[in-house]
Amino acid sequence: MSGFDFALIVEYLPDFWRGARATIFYSLTSLGLAVAIGLVMALCRMSQFVLLRLMARGYIDAIRGTPALIQIFFVYFGLPMFGLNLSAPTAAVIALGINSGGYLAEIFRAGIMGVDSGQTEAGRSLGMSYGKTMWRITLPQAALLVVPPAAGEFTNLVKGTSLLSTISVSELTRVAQQIVGVTFRPIEAYVAIGVVYYCLNAIIAQGAVWLERWLRKSQGLE
Amino acid sequence: MARTMAEEVARARVMPPPVVRIKDLRKSFGELEVLRGINLEIEAGETLVVIGPSGSGKSTLLRCTNYLETPTFGSVEVEGVPFALPKASRRAQERHLNKMRAQVGMVFQRFNLFPHKTALTNVMEGLLVVRGMNRAEAEERATAMLELVGLSDKLHTYPAQLSGGQQQRVAITRALVMEPKVMLFDEATSALDPELIEEVLAVMRKLANDGLTMIVVTHEMEFARDVARQVMFMDDGVIVEQATPEEMFSSPQHERTKLFLKKILRS
Ligand SMILES: Nc1ncnc2c1ncn2[C@@H]1O[C@H](COP(=O)(O)OP(=O)(O)O)[C@@H](O)[C@H]1O
Ligand SMILES: [Mg+2]
Repeated sequence: MSGFDFALIVEYLPDFWRGARATIFYSLTSLGLAVAIGLVMALCRMSQFVLLRLMARGYIDAIRGTPALIQIFFVYFGLPMFGLNLSAPTAAVIALGINSGGYLAEIFRAGIMGVDSGQTEAGRSLGMSYGKTMWRITLPQAALLVVPPAAGEFTNLVKGTSLLSTISVSELTRVAQQIVGVTFRPIEAYVAIGVVYYCLNAIIAQGAVWLERWLRKSQGLE
Repeated sequence: MARTMAEEVARARVMPPPVVRIKDLRKSFGELEVLRGINLEIEAGETLVVIGPSGSGKSTLLRCTNYLETPTFGSVEVEGVPFALPKASRRAQERHLNKMRAQVGMVFQRFNLFPHKTALTNVMEGLLVVRGMNRAEAEERATAMLELVGLSDKLHTYPAQLSGGQQQRVAITRALVMEPKVMLFDEATSALDPELIEEVLAVMRKLANDGLTMIVVTHEMEFARDVARQVMFMDDGVIVEQATPEEMFSSPQHERTKLFLKKILRS
């Protein structure tokens, strides 16, 4: 074994491509679920109802206080004991969505609380309901505050998809492991997927910059 | 002498209820009692100016008047309809509050315009969302109203690009377009540069002359003198005295009022 064999990477390009597509797929679907969960949990966390607040608090603490890997195992291996059998891909999306949702909840909450309370008062004083005020007045402004930290969380999510290799989801890391199993050359495969992860996250960072600029423009701030 | 029951009934029949009636309003924040039994009534078309030192509870009074703050005790009615529905479910109370608030316009010291909306869409917001008006009609109404306050060339401008005076005129229009039964102004000119105050006061004067019912918290004594039907002096959560502007400014009855007026008229 000597030197870095580029040819090997080229040879397995179709497999890397398949893995990258899967990683992107799991990242995006989990993100969708995480945004929904995060928003609901953020609102529950600030609710006037004690029970909702406690529930959201417990959820967020549990998610942030335990390793993502354990959460994935819990969903995939643990839930069947309660009669809920999920396929690996379904368990993957649910576990990552639940995990990332816990972090996004706190990010969203900070964003919502970062919007001047005078905005809510202005909305309510017009006779707008809590929900309408939240949706039309507060959230659009919170979005602007939330984009940078949420992009950071999305990056964590993309990296977190590599944990799915442990429940035999064929995303990038799993694909690399399989290639190594055949070629016995770990350097090439792991460097290759490292580069892919890095590029994905660079795209997210740039996308966040664009999104923020677009939001600022559409809100008359530039 | 107390009126007899029959007289009360007869009176109720001829007299419409006051636009705003506040009865024994109390508000505490924790241990701190900020409003300690406020009673007042405002008839249609009347302008009530509220003056008083900082921290006396003027903002809290206005905020209780549209239930942005829930009073600790007492009642607030608009045209005889109370804000609080003691027996209603939470949902019903919430819906009722929204309906009531739509009838009470509020103008804030810091404008609180929606920064992500243009002048026009700020003014349209209540028409669209609360009134359920269609877009074309709302736009027409909002445009017409903004023209009346001299902002026809700023329709599509965002708040960040407007001067403070222009922002406050948009904010007044946003409240006014809902055709409220009463408008509340909480130090509407206090955050403005001196040279921008007059353009906002001019709008408020015009509204008063047009017969809008208003409660105005302000330190602009000249405005109070010109426009107010009644001036109310508040201190420490109570109404110290209430009188016509002439009486209030020429012969205040209470020591605290004299002191306050002396201080404010000197500056
Ligand atoms: N949300 C609140 N929580 C606690 N204290 C408050 C709150 N709002 C107002 N206060 C207190 O109530 C008092 C009256 O305030 P405010 O009504 O704003 O007076 P003013 O408008 O006359 O200056 C002040 O001491 C203020 O600190
Ligand atoms: Mg105040």
